[in-house]
Amino acid sequence: MLKIENVFKTFNAGTVNEKKALQGLNLHLKPGEFVTVIGGNGAGKSTMLNCVAGVFGVEAGRILIDDVDVTHLPEYKRAKYIGRVFQDPMMGTAATMQIEENLALAARRGKPRTLRPGITKEEREQYREQLKILGLGLENRLTAKVGLLSGGQRQALTLLMATLQKPKLLLLDEHTAALDPKTAAKVLEATQRIVSKDNLTTMMITHNMRDAIAYGDRLVMMYDGHIVVDVSGEEKKQLTVEQLLNLFSRASGSDEVDDKLVLG
Amino acid sequence: MTSFINALPGAISQGMIWGIMAIGLYITYRVLEVSDLTVDGSFCTGGCVCVTMIVGGCNVWVAMLGAILAGMVTGLVTGFFHTKCGIPAILAGILTQLGLWSVNLAILGMKANQAININNYKLLVSLRYLQDVSKGTRPFYNHPIFAVGMVTVVVIAILYWFFGTELGASIRATGANQNMARAQGINTSRNIVFGLVLANGLVALAGALLSQYNSFVEINMGRGAIVIGLASIIIGESVFGNLFRNFALKLLSVSFGSIIYYIVIQFVISVLKIDSNYLKLLSAVIVAIFLSIPYWKQNLRVKTGKEKNHA
Repeated sequence: MLKIENVFKTFNAGTVNEKKALQGLNLHLKPGEFVTVIGGNGAGKSTMLNCVAGVFGVEAGRILIDDVDVTHLPEYKRAKYIGRVFQDPMMGTAATMQIEENLALAARRGKPRTLRPGITKEEREQYREQLKILGLGLENRLTAKVGLLSGGQRQALTLLMATLQKPKLLLLDEHTAALDPKTAAKVLEATQRIVSKDNLTTMMITHNMRDAIAYGDRLVMMYDGHIVVDVSGEEKKQLTVEQLLNLFSRASGSDEVDDKLVLG
Repeated sequence: MTSFINALPGAISQGMIWGIMAIGLYITYRVLEVSDLTVDGSFCTGGCVCVTMIVGGCNVWVAMLGAILAGMVTGLVTGFFHTKCGIPAILAGILTQLGLWSVNLAILGMKANQAININNYKLLVSLRYLQDVSKGTRPFYNHPIFAVGMVTVVVIAILYWFFGTELGASIRATGANQNMARAQGINTSRNIVFGLVLANGLVALAGALLSQYNSFVEINMGRGAIVIGLASIIIGESVFGNLFRNFALKLLSVSFGSIIYYIVIQFVISVLKIDSNYLKLLSAVIVAIFLSIPYWKQNLRVKTGKEKNHA
C-alpha cells in the first residue's frame, strides 16, 4: 500500500546546521498492515511521516501510495489518500468551527469543493452515529465550537475526521504524546477500534515502547535516518521492552540509550 | 446640534457605503486572517472604473459590475504576489496598492480627479438624491439609505450563502487552520487568492458607490480605507459581538459599525467643531486603542494570575 523507496531528505543543506534526516530510507507496507514506529529524537520518524504526507519534498527517492507515485504531489493533493492525526491537538481541527463543520470538511477530503451546501441534514445524522463510537458524548454537541473541547476530545475528533473517508493510509504522529495517560489510553483504544473496523493501513509513531509493542502487527525502529529494526508477526507479539532496548543498542552500535526512548 | 441632526442621513449613507468595504475587509481580516492592504488602492480603483465607465456612456449597473471585476483583479494580483512569489501578505498588499496609484491615474486618463454631472447620468446613489427625496421631488427608493441598504442586504445574503457551501467552508477552514485544511485536501493557496479576489471585488463596489454618492472621484479617495474598515469591524464586534453570533448578523454588525463610525465622525465635526484635517489622526488613534485592548486584557490576566501563584 505504501512504498518508500530510497528516500533522502536533508534539512539546511550546506549550512552548519545541516541535518541528514533521511538517508536512503526504504519501507514497504502491505495493505491492512498496522506499523508502529519508534526511535530516539532526531531519528527521522516525523520527517518520514511528513515526507509521506507531502509537508516537505524529498531530494531523492520515490514515495508510492497504492502504486500511485505521489513524490511530487503537493500536500493537499496527497490528502486524498492519507488520513492524518498530529501530535499537537490544536493542529488537526479548526477551533473556530463547529464539530459538525469540521467533520463535513473531512468528509469531503479528496473531492472537489463545489457550491453545494457545506453540510446536509443526512450528514448530521451520520456524524451523530459516528461520534457515538468515540464514547465521549460529542454526539450531543454537534454545533459546539471545537475550540471548547479538551485536547483528548480534539484528538479523538481528528482521528474520526482522518478516517471518515476511508484513507488508503493512516498516519499517526505521536498523536497521544500530548495527552494525560488516561486520555491517551482512551484515544489509543479508539484508534485500535477504528483501524481494525476498516482494516486500515496504518503507520503510528510513538515514544512509548509499551504502546509500540502492544499495538499493531509490525514494529520498526529508526536510527539516524534508517530503519534498523523491523519485526512482525509472532516475533513482535513475543517482544519485551528489554529485548527492544537490546535490539536498539545493537543496531545503533552503542550502549547509550536515548532517555526519551526508555522513559516514553 | 441642528447641523449635526441635518447631517445624519448623509453620515448614515456614507457609513453604509463604507460598511460594504468593511464587509470585504472582514473576509480577509477575520475569515482568512490575512491583513490585506490592497484595499486602499482597490477602493479607489472601483471609483475610477465606475466613474470612467459612466462618463463614457455605460449604464450604471454595468459600470458597477466593471468596478467589481477590476477590484477582483487587484485581489488576484495581491494573491499572486503572496502565494506564488512568497511575499508576506501585508507587503504583497502594499505593493499592489502602490502600483494601483498609477493604474488609477491611468484609468482616469492621467487626471487626478473626475466629476460626474449628475443631471446627465442616472446613478444608483447620490447626495443630490438624498436632498431630492427630502424635498419630495424623488421617490423614497432613490434615498441613498434605502438604495445602499438594499445593496448591503444582497451582499450579506450572497456571502452568507457562499460561506455555507463546500467551497466557502473550505475558505473558512483555510483561515482557521491551514495545517488542518491541507490535511483535509484543501488547496489553501488557491483559497487565499479566492478570498482576496472576493474581498477586493466588494471593496471596489463600495468605491463605485462612494464615487456616485459624491458625483466625484479623486486619486486619494481610498487613502486610509483599511483603517476605516478595521474601525468598523472592531466597533461592530464590540457593540454587537455578544448579540450577533450568526455569520450573516456578524456581517451586518460590520455595516452597523461603519455607520456608528460615521455618525461619531459627524458628531466630532459638527458638534465638537474639530478641524476635519485631524480626522485621520483621530481614526488612527481610535483603531490603535481598540486593537490594543485584547492584548492589554491578556497581559492583565497573566499578571493577576502570577500574583495569585505567589500568594
